[in-house]
Parts: sequence; C-alpha cells; structure tokens
Amino acid sequence: MVPWEPVIGLEVHVQLATRTKLFCGCEVSSADAPNSRVCPVCLGLPGALPVLNARAVDLAILSALALGCTVHRRSVFARKNYFYPDLPKGYQITQHDRPLATGGVLEWMGAGGPRRVRIARLHLEEDAGKSRHEGPEGPEGRTAVDFNRSGAPLAEIVTEADLDGAAAAADFFERLRELLVAVGATQGSMEEGHLRCDANVSLRPAGSDVLGTPVEVKNLNSFRYLERALDHEIERQAAILDAGGRVEHETRSWDLETGRTLAMRSKEEAHDYRFFREPDLPPLDVTAERVAALRARLPELPEARRARLAASFGLPEAAARQISGDAAAAAYFEAVVSAGLAPRQAANWITGEIARLLKEARLTIDEAPVSPCALARLVRQVEAGTISHGMAKEVLERMWRTGDDPEAIVASEGLARIADEDHLGAIVRQAVNANPKAVAQYRGGKTLVFGFFVGQVMKATGGKADPAIVNRLLARELEKA
Amino acid sequence: MSLTPADVSRIAHLARLELSPAESDAMLGQLNGFFRIVEQMSAVDTRGVEPLYTPLAAVQPAALRLRDDGVTEADQRSANQASAPAVEDGLFLVPKVIE
Repeated sequence: MVPWEPVIGLEVHVQLATRTKLFCGCEVSSADAPNSRVCPVCLGLPGALPVLNARAVDLAILSALALGCTVHRRSVFARKNYFYPDLPKGYQITQHDRPLATGGVLEWMGAGGPRRVRIARLHLEEDAGKSRHEGPEGPEGRTAVDFNRSGAPLAEIVTEADLDGAAAAADFFERLRELLVAVGATQGSMEEGHLRCDANVSLRPAGSDVLGTPVEVKNLNSFRYLERALDHEIERQAAILDAGGRVEHETRSWDLETGRTLAMRSKEEAHDYRFFREPDLPPLDVTAERVAALRARLPELPEARRARLAASFGLPEAAARQISGDAAAAAYFEAVVSAGLAPRQAANWITGEIARLLKEARLTIDEAPVSPCALARLVRQVEAGTISHGMAKEVLERMWRTGDDPEAIVASEGLARIADEDHLGAIVRQAVNANPKAVAQYRGGKTLVFGFFVGQVMKATGGKADPAIVNRLLARELEKA
Repeated sequence: MSLTPADVSRIAHLARLELSPAESDAMLGQLNGFFRIVEQMSAVDTRGVEPLYTPLAAVQPAALRLRDDGVTEADQRSANQASAPAVEDGLFLVPKVIE
C-alpha cells in the first residue's frame, strides 16, 4: 500500500501586546470581573465608531517584518458577517482582500534538519467575546457571555501548506511563538490563549503533488494538543482512504477529553461571510518611513541568535536553543561568560538551577535576584575546589533568598569544603576508633565497609569534607595495624 | 444579472430575517432594482481610475485616524447591562446556542 503523506497549513491567531483593544480605549485584561472592560464600541451599540489603535498596527508590522513579509503601503478593513452571541455587532472587523502583509517565511533548524514554512499573509482583526454554555459554570438552558475579550487586537497569520507532519506543525507553532515574543508583539501566554491555532490537513499518496480534500481542525491551543490532534486527524483520514473511502470537506473540533476530532459542520453548509469593506474605517496607509523605523527596532531574532551562540560559544544544540529563545536569557548567559565562566558551565547553570529557581518563583530571567556576576563568582568557587557542586546549589538558593554574595555565605555558614588534613585526620581516627567491629571486618578482607567509614566522616562534617583527602587518610588509618 | 426568489430566501436566512411570501416578493423587486442601477454603472469605462475606497475621499483627504494605546474607558457594567434582558453574575444571558 502507498503510504500517505500529510499536507498541513496553519492559521494562528496572536493576541498583540497592547494595553487597550483594537478599536476602543478599553483595557485588555483577562483577569477582571466579567463585562467590566467593555464600552459601546466593543459591545456593538448603535452609533459607536471604531478608532484604530496605533500600537496594534506597529506590533502587527513588527511581526510581519520578523517573518520577512512585505508590508503593504495600503491595507483595507472589511466586515465578516455572521451571527453568534459573542459577536455583538453581527460582524467582525478584519482584513480580507487587502491584508496588512503578505509573502513571508519562517526558517529554523529542526531536529531532522533545516525547516522552511512560507507565510501567506498576516492581517489585523478584532477578537470576539467568550461564551459559556450550560455546564458546571454555565446557567441552565442559557448561554452566558463575557465581552471583556471582545475587540482585543489579533494578528492572524496564515501559512502555506508547507508542513508535512504533526511534529513539524507543533515545532512551527513553538518557533512562531518564540519569534513573536522576541520582537515584543505578544506576551505569548498559552494559558491565557494569546496564541490559538487552526489547521488545514489533507493527505495525498507519498510523492504525489495532487492535494487531497482538506479538513479544518479547530481549537488547537497548545503545542502538545496541536501535535496530538493532528496525529489523530492524520490517522483518521488514512483509515478512511485505506478503506477506499472519501474524506469529507468539513470543519472538525479537537476534543481534549476524548483525544479525538469531532465534526462541527461540513463546508457545504459553511457560513457565507459576505465580506465587504468596513465603511467606518478608511484604508490604512503605512508610510515607508514608518516601516523602516520599525525595522530598525527589530532585535536579534531567536534563530539568528541560536546560530550565533552555537557557533561562537560551541554550545550543544539543546542548550543553544533554550538560551536563544529569550533575549534576556541570552543576555544573562553572555554576561556570565564575560564574567569569566566557561560557556558550557554557564549554559548548564542557566538551563539547570537558574531555570528551576525562576520557574519556582514564577519570575523571568531579568527579574532573577542573582546577578550574572554573582553566579560566575559562585561557580568559580566550585572550580577552585572551595565548595562542592552540591554545596554550590545550596549557596545559590541562599543567594536567591537573601541577595548576599556567594563568598559571604560560604564564609559565614562555614560551608567551605574541609581540606585541612589535621582536622580531617582527627575525625577519621575517631571514626575508626569508634567502630572496632567494622575495622575487624575490613581487615578480614571485607573492603566494602570502606564506604561505611567514608559515610561516617561525611556525617561528622556535614558533607563538607573533601572526599579525595578523606579517602587517602582513611586508607592510611585502616592499613595501619 | 437578476436575483431569484431562492437567492432572496438564502440572503434572508444569512441575515436571520423571517420574510412572509409577500415581503419576499417585494424584496425581490427592490433588490433587482438596485442591481439594475449597478448594471448601468458597470457600463461606464473605469480603466485607469483609482478605486475610491470611501466617499469621504472625494471631499477631504481620508487618512485613517489612529489613536494612542491609552485606557480611556472606565468600568460601566451596570449602565451597560441596564437594558439587557437577562444578566447573571455580571454575564449577559442569551438563549442557548451550541454550534
């Protein structure tokens, strides 16, 4: 049987990091009481007029530039008409035949080699409210609607069907998030739904260039769900085709509970959105100067940074990827390295202990209470043999809590490794003298009890004894008689 | 082109309008009247004419006005919900809708 080859394109909605909504001065906030961030514009009351948020335009342009799109001098808003309780105007203001930007590409180094996905378009649109149906939270027999999200600014990004599998699609989604967070276009919180993804999936015989019937899968709002849902959908379509059946052209929804996709509506009964130009908004004209000024504001992009970190510091791929995803993490890393730490050491501490402490404290790396310089000084004490690696982790936690210098903590807490031979010699002798039975066993040939003596010495010194010296002194003491 | 009664009933359904047969007939006549005007306009040669995105542009430069990203609206929930038929815990209630 000919294996099937998936062909996948994504539509990603990204909530832009503005203070206020796209067309009115209501604050964008997910945490507030229902319907406390609404006004006549986002409630769609008669006579209310939209006024476009300048920052939303800038953030959409920045996103488009980061994706290598052409930003058009003129784009046009349109009304997309449909009825749903969370859309109070009866239409969504979006861009249709003249989007803000077209023709970009996102490239990255994937697990199996370089990846390249073309971006068809990027346009601005407003979000809808949220409706809750019957259920534990919803009222009996009614739909309850909160309009706080109504009018929140979104960039919709549409890819070409360049993805050939579920893992590649999830990888793209993650790289896209990383890129848009890096340019400051979105806060990128998956929990708060700042990025939401729909996928168009079809199968064709491997090697063929004829496209199969596409199915749209909605509500893929995390990297993991995206991958699971697409895997399931690919299997579902393959089973139909293997049995000689025909895939229906339809919209399906991912159901988290069952791990399946369910039919929502077939395309034959799909909505006719009757797009027309938004009469309340003249075309959006963007000057070449504006675009140039925004282009100048673009930071180093994650993929370029990853390549640079890997090349100039010889970092392993995974560490380079983890550090390069976040400009602040990369800056922290480079500061630790310039404070004198070896790049691999620096990367290990940042992706290990520092990442763990940040996660526990729910902080971002630029809020870390331990400065790059202090981290470098701590690790230098390990390299000098003053403290053990395990002890250094403890000192780091104290630095994190108190903000004290590593040297001060090591000195005041007496954490420095005990390397004084006279001092350790006394403790070793004490351990030997206190355990005559074990000594006899050792001398009788049971050399495994050596570990027991090491343990006694470590216990007596709170784990601070230098193990190499302890081994040497113990061996000498036990061989004595 | 002219619309058929089926077109009118489809458009009415999309707009969630319930039309009586008499209203449908009247609507068909009116809509086809509009289309006749559009057909007359289509006969005009517009080659080389820049499309007019808004009639405003004919009288004044119609650049889109942008606003700064500042909060201007306060919480007006009770006023906003004063005319709502049903509310509960700050939420608007509407007849149940499940897609």
